[in-house]
Amino acid sequence: MKKDLLGIGDLTEDEIHLVLDTAEAMREIAQRPIKKVPTLRGKTVVNLFYEPSTRTRTSFEIAEKRLSADTLNIAVAVSSVVKGETLADTARNIEAMAPDMIVIRHASSGAPHLLSRICRSRIINAGDGMHEHPTQALLDAFTIREHKKKIDGLKVTIVGDLLHSRVLRSNVLLLTRLGAEVWVSGPPTLVPVGLERHGVHVSSSIDEAVADADVVMMLRIQQERMHGAFFPSLREYFFTFGMTKARVARAKPDVIIMHPGPMNRGVEIDSEVADGPYSVILEQVANGVAVRMAVLYLLAGGSEED
Amino acid sequence: MPVVLDADRISRTLTRIAHEILERNRGVDELALVGIRTRGVPIAKRLARAIRDINRHDVPTGALDITLYRDDLMRHAVGPQPLIRKTEIPFSIDDKKILLVDDVLYTGRTIRAALDALIDFGRPKAIQLVVLVDRGHRELPIKADYVGKNVPTSPTQSVQVHLTEVDGRDEVEITES
Amino acid sequence: MMLLKGGRVVDPVNGRDGSFDVLIDGDRIARVGRDLAVDGATVVEIPSGLVVCPGLIDMHVHLREPGQEHKETVATGTAAAVAGGFTAVACMPNTSPVNDNAGVTEYILKKASEANLARVYPIGAVSRGQQGEQLADIAELRQAGCVAITDDGHPVATAMLMRRALEYTRMFDIPVIEHCEEQTLKVDGVAHEGYHASALGLRGIPGEAESIMALRDISLAELTGGRVHVAHMSARQTLDAVRFGKARGVRVTCEVTPHHFVLTDALLAAPVPYDTNVKMNPPLRDAADRDAIVAGIADGSVDVIATDHAPHHYDEKQVEFDRAPFGITGLETAVSLCFDRLVHAGCVSLARMIELLSVNPARILKIPGGALSDGAPADISILAPDMNVTVDVARMRSKSKNTPFGGWKLRGGVAATIVGGRVVFVNGDSRLRL
Repeated sequence: MKKDLLGIGDLTEDEIHLVLDTAEAMREIAQRPIKKVPTLRGKTVVNLFYEPSTRTRTSFEIAEKRLSADTLNIAVAVSSVVKGETLADTARNIEAMAPDMIVIRHASSGAPHLLSRICRSRIINAGDGMHEHPTQALLDAFTIREHKKKIDGLKVTIVGDLLHSRVLRSNVLLLTRLGAEVWVSGPPTLVPVGLERHGVHVSSSIDEAVADADVVMMLRIQQERMHGAFFPSLREYFFTFGMTKARVARAKPDVIIMHPGPMNRGVEIDSEVADGPYSVILEQVANGVAVRMAVLYLLAGGSEED
Repeated sequence: MPVVLDADRISRTLTRIAHEILERNRGVDELALVGIRTRGVPIAKRLARAIRDINRHDVPTGALDITLYRDDLMRHAVGPQPLIRKTEIPFSIDDKKILLVDDVLYTGRTIRAALDALIDFGRPKAIQLVVLVDRGHRELPIKADYVGKNVPTSPTQSVQVHLTEVDGRDEVEITES
Repeated sequence: MMLLKGGRVVDPVNGRDGSFDVLIDGDRIARVGRDLAVDGATVVEIPSGLVVCPGLIDMHVHLREPGQEHKETVATGTAAAVAGGFTAVACMPNTSPVNDNAGVTEYILKKASEANLARVYPIGAVSRGQQGEQLADIAELRQAGCVAITDDGHPVATAMLMRRALEYTRMFDIPVIEHCEEQTLKVDGVAHEGYHASALGLRGIPGEAESIMALRDISLAELTGGRVHVAHMSARQTLDAVRFGKARGVRVTCEVTPHHFVLTDALLAAPVPYDTNVKMNPPLRDAADRDAIVAGIADGSVDVIATDHAPHHYDEKQVEFDRAPFGITGLETAVSLCFDRLVHAGCVSLARMIELLSVNPARILKIPGGALSDGAPADISILAPDMNVTVDVARMRSKSKNTPFGGWKLRGGVAATIVGGRVVFVNGDSRLRL
């Protein structure tokens, strides 16, 4: 493993499988009466969150605690960043306290890379701007593999706000690397330039994209980022790209529906679908803890870069 | 390489241990077997089979991976982390007599880790230790309850247990490392 | 008197390219000719292989003074200029306060005269405070010494204001230098809109944000008869717009920067991902744009090479990519990049390089220089086309070190710089002894 996990590109195909296999073993710990192993005893992990994110932060924190790491949460309000110290100075201050790992969530793409250049601690990217969210893609792959027993050759369709989505970027890199046939669909105003260079099929027809899909992954419409008038209205978005039962029917009968959360019911996904039998959305949350335990464990060891 | 146990001896040894287990515990109702990965697991399964052959009773059997409990895990700065495999104990260990099974007893550190791990699964009535080979050189105050064979060794030697399920053949040999 | 003896003189305006001697008398060039012998003159032997040419002029630099002296001052900026082979620079008005009045212009000129290194030609603001609302006092600025006007950093805000600026400046026949950027298309973009920005999750700025504004300005120059100069052109569409304007006889000229003809947006991702020293505006474009710009230099469509020297303090650049200021330094790497990537690459001749770096800037700004004519100011650059240069950021004269070229090995450099007959820079690595 490399020193840091900044993006899916930091992992080889073998390492991706190693993370997923390790997560498989980690998942059993959640079934025990005492959900804790002493593995990272004496290790300090700092969760440095520049964006509010209950889900990801909680997931990391539970993962760290189950491995017996000492955890420290630093939530930085965006307003104080403007007046306060720079990320570089914050990083140097945290580094002076000698943590072993820093988990960072930041609104700016590449913030973890800046941290990585300053810190000797291992850096885990918990989502940076519109760039990547590698642990989300790993837990998605874990969930897919569990249901389909493989990833190679599956048709995976990702629908929604592709432009602003770090989940999309990480998933495209990971799923294409593992041999999935990845389709994406969304309004042309929300399709990033050059996406097809990753070997992805881009279609603005959701019906075409969903047809015979093994996996459908819905992306959140980030209403706070829609200031640019990317589409006329939420109502029209749901009408054109919302995941309804009728659209799910076009996919394979054993399709699974995924969503990284938090969901906007009635915007990108119908409640009937979100709560339906093919929905694995809550499993994703559970698997997130196991995958993050695996990543923490594997990164805590030595690295060829040391 | 000197062979200490061949396939036949291994088989007869495990049958003998199965009898000892039944004798000492006067019945099987509260018994459960937990093998330590890797080679403790097939040995535990063989013991379960031997016990069934003797008294037609199924003893629940589980597999324990102790990697997450190792005391040397984070001490090496260099090198990748050891592989973690699944722990599968599909029964409650509360109030059970657990027969913890491993292939070789050496420093005792693996058993220490396994005891810690087991305690996280519940509160067993008792834990007894079964090993195929005891090669001495303990570093912790740990002693086996059932020993297949005591093999005096020097610290420079290594005891290799081969089992059909894992290695394609049954044999225990001593090698110079 | 000083006699430069034996160099290869390249002086396109006077049609010279060969072995000539240059006699300097005080601050003027007395004579250029073959085998000059003058009693009492200090003879400087120019080692073979070195080139004597009219002083280079960088018509687009940010000296940051007044107001941002932590980034650069007139003294440090002109020290960087002469070390980079430039005898003159034209400095942008986006200082604090903005150079929109004679007071600021005079302050800059006073600082330049104290530094006494390169000549400094201030450029005034188009609009008061560069606010894009009302015209600055352009006649006053002209009177005080400004050689052009611009709202650089931003485009001139409205078509009407640009029209008025182009009309008004006809009185003085000075160019309006335009930072071409349709801001409603750029919005909060930080990098070229393309594969790399997309993969890195950086907001994009398409080339069309530049070309749309260039087309507006070229149309307005045609309407008014004014002169527009397109600054730091980066996109192939803009180059086509300029060609279109020139073909129609519009008074349009343009410049490109070394970083735009050398680098591409692939640098965003590697070797250092999110390196803020590859963040500038306009952004590094893709390989097709870069190649088009090089072709435009080769075919004569491009008039000028200017650096857009934009110093920023280390602390300002060591932040998240989208929070970092735009801009890189350029004065001390331009000549080496021109030699290595244009002349030695066979793209342009040495004479054409000197047109781009000296003749044309002087002509566009209507300032002295650009030729080694008898009686002209003795502003002379002595270049070393075959010198092996390793870009050493620590040795740079500029107060700021924000360059992506640190450690680059390039062929071609500067041997010495002479301003007004005075040797203001000698490169210890060259064989020249002055």
